Amino acid sequence: MLSTPSRSAAGLLVVAVAAVLAITACGKSSSSSSGGSSGGIKVGLITKTDTNPFFVKMKEGAEKEAKAKGATLMSAAGKFDGDNASQVTAIENMVAAGVKGIMITPSDTKAIVPAIEKARAKKVLVIALDTPTDPQSAVDALFATNNFTAGQLIGQYAKATMAGKTAKIATLDLAPGITVGVLRHNGFLSGFGVSGITPDAKQQATDPQVVCSLDTAGDQAKGQTAMENCLQKSPDINLVYTINEPAALGADTALKAAGKSGVLVVSVDGGCVGVKAIQDGRIAATSQQYPIKMASLGVDAIVNFANSGAKPSGYTDTGVTLITAKPASGVESKDVAYGIANCWG
Amino acid sequence: MATTTAPPEPAAPADIPPPSLRQRLLSGSTLGPLAALIIACAFFSLRTDRFLTGGNFSLIIQQVMVVGTLAIGQTLIILTAGIDLSNGAIMALSSIVMTRLAVHSGVPPLLALLIGLAVATAFGLANGLLVTRVPLPPFIVTLGMLNIAFALTHIYSQEQTVTGVPSLLTALGNTFTLGDTDITYGSIVTIGLFLLFAYLLGQTAWGRHVYAVGNNPEAARLTGIPTNRVLVGVYATAGLVYGIAALLSVARTGVGDPQAGQTDNLDSITAVVLGGTSLFGGRGTVLGTLIGALIVGVIRNGLQLIGVASIYQTLITGILVILAVTIDQVSRRRSR
Repeated sequence: MLSTPSRSAAGLLVVAVAAVLAITACGKSSSSSSGGSSGGIKVGLITKTDTNPFFVKMKEGAEKEAKAKGATLMSAAGKFDGDNASQVTAIENMVAAGVKGIMITPSDTKAIVPAIEKARAKKVLVIALDTPTDPQSAVDALFATNNFTAGQLIGQYAKATMAGKTAKIATLDLAPGITVGVLRHNGFLSGFGVSGITPDAKQQATDPQVVCSLDTAGDQAKGQTAMENCLQKSPDINLVYTINEPAALGADTALKAAGKSGVLVVSVDGGCVGVKAIQDGRIAATSQQYPIKMASLGVDAIVNFANSGAKPSGYTDTGVTLITAKPASGVESKDVAYGIANCWG
Repeated sequence: MATTTAPPEPAAPADIPPPSLRQRLLSGSTLGPLAALIIACAFFSLRTDRFLTGGNFSLIIQQVMVVGTLAIGQTLIILTAGIDLSNGAIMALSSIVMTRLAVHSGVPPLLALLIGLAVATAFGLANGLLVTRVPLPPFIVTLGMLNIAFALTHIYSQEQTVTGVPSLLTALGNTFTLGDTDITYGSIVTIGLFLLFAYLLGQTAWGRHVYAVGNNPEAARLTGIPTNRVLVGVYATAGLVYGIAALLSVARTGVGDPQAGQTDNLDSITAVVLGGTSLFGGRGTVLGTLIGALIVGVIRNGLQLIGVASIYQTLITGILVILAVTIDQVSRRRSR
C-alpha cells in the first residue's frame, strides 16, 4: 500500500542518521585533546544544566585542566535544574565508558545518591562540585563554596550599609528543599544579625524583618515577577536578598519600573554580568564564588587518584569574596576591578 | 450494542485484518526506524569496544524503560489521533503517592503500590472522559491535566524527595544474571509490556477498534464500534501503564522524586514518532515505539561512550524527529 515511498523515505532516515553521527563524531575528535577512545585517564563532569554560565565556566575549567594533565574530559548535563533522571543516566554511561572519576553538581541532592553509590561500588571516584549531596558523605569529596558564608558576607554588608535603618527585607530564593538556597538564605539572615540560625538548618529561617519571600529558581524573568509581587505586597521594601545575580537583575528591573530608588540589592555568584551590574550600581554587593577552581581541583584529584590510588576526602572550601563598589566599614571586601579579574561567565 | 445503522460494509476500516508481526516489522513504517537503530549500533560498535557488550545493552534498556513504558500509553493515544501531554506528570504523581504512602503514612507497601496505580488509572480515565463526554480536544485536556498532576505532586510531596523506600517498590530495580550480564527485572517488565500491547493491538478486536477509531472515527462509529467507549478505555489503559512506569521509575532511582518526568511527555512523543507512528492516528505499531525509544537511548549512550557532550544527543534527536514526521507526511500523501 505504501511500501515504495516509505522505503525510499526509510533510506533517507538511515542516511541521515549515519551522516549526523559522522559529523558529530568528527567535530568531537578535532576539538578534544587526543580523540581518546581508549588510553589516557577519563574524567567525567556532570552539571545541572548546559546553559547556566556558572556550569559553562566550570566545564571550560575542567577541560583546560584535563588537557594540561593529559586526561580526557567527558561531560553531560540535565535538561533542566532538578532533572535527576538525566544525571543518573549520565553516571551510568560514564562508568560504562571507563572513567576513573566523576565530578557532579547534583540536581536533586537526595535522589542522586543511589546512583552515586553504584558508581563508587565500581571503584569510580565521585566528587561533588558546588552543591553537597544529602548526605554529604555519599561522595568521596566535596569541592564547593561555603554557601552559608557567602550568605553571611552579604548579610553583614547589608547590616553595615543600612546603618540602623529599619529593614524591610524581600528574599528572592531558589526553590523549596534545595540545600544551596537554604544555606545562602540562612547565611544572609545570620550575617544580618538574626540570632539562632545555624548552618545545619534544613529549612529557610524566617524573621519579622522579612516581609516577602518568593522562589525564583535563580531565573531573571522569575526574579522580576517575584519582585513585582513583593512590591505589591510591601511597597516599602528597602533591602532585597537574591539567590543569584540573574534574580538580582530581575529584581532591579522591577524596582526601576516601580520607580523605587535606594533599595539595597545583594546577591551571590560573582559572574561577569553580575560584577558589571555592581559597577553600574544595579546590585550593591555580591559574594563571588569560583567554579573554575572547583573544576580544576576536581580534575587534579581524579588524575591523582588514577595515578596513585589516593582519594581526596571531606570538604574543601573553594573560597568566597565579597565584591562591592561601595565598601561598608568593618566588612572586608574587594573592589569591582578585582571582581572583574576573577569573574566567570 | 444495538444499532440502527446499515450493516457494515466489508471494506470498512474495522474489517481490514491487521498485518502480522512479521509484516509489521518489515513494513515501511518500522523498517526505517529499525535500520536507523542498526546503523547507529554498528557505528558505535566501530567507534568503541565498550558499546557492543551485554552489560551496555542491559544499561540502555534500563535507561529507556521509563520513557519507553510511558510511550506505550502515548502510542495507544496517538493511534486514536490524540496526544497526551500529561503522562510524565501523572507518572510523577503516582510515584510520589506510592512512596509517600508507604514511607510517611505507614500504608503496607503492596497497598501503597495499588493505590499509586489506581491514581494513575483514574487520571487516565479522567482524560478519556473529558475527551469523549464534554468533548474537548486531547491536547487541551492533557495540557490541563499536566498542570494539575504536576501541582498535586509538588503539594503532596511538600517538595521533598522520598527516601527509604520499601524493597517491594524497588524490587524491579533488582537484577538477575544471564551469562555475565546483569539484567533488571524492570527491563523484563518493560519488554513484556511492549509484547503484550503488540499482541493486544495486532491480534484482538480491541486493537482493531483502536486503529479504526484513529483512522476515521465516523466510519468506525457507523460500523458499530462504540468509539467513545474505546477512547475512554484507551486513556484509562494508558493511565494504568503510566502507573507501571511510575513503579519502574521508583525502582530505577530508588527514591520518589517529585521532579521526575518533566520532559517525559515530549520524550515519549519523540519515541512514538521515531518509531513510525503517525500523529494523524490509525497508523503505527507499539514495537515501532520500542525501536524509537531505543534509538534515543542508543544515541545517548553511544555518544557518551565516545565522549561527545550530551547536548549533541538532543541535536540529533531533534533532526531525527523532523525527518520521521516528514517521512510520515510524504508517505501519506503518496499513498492517497
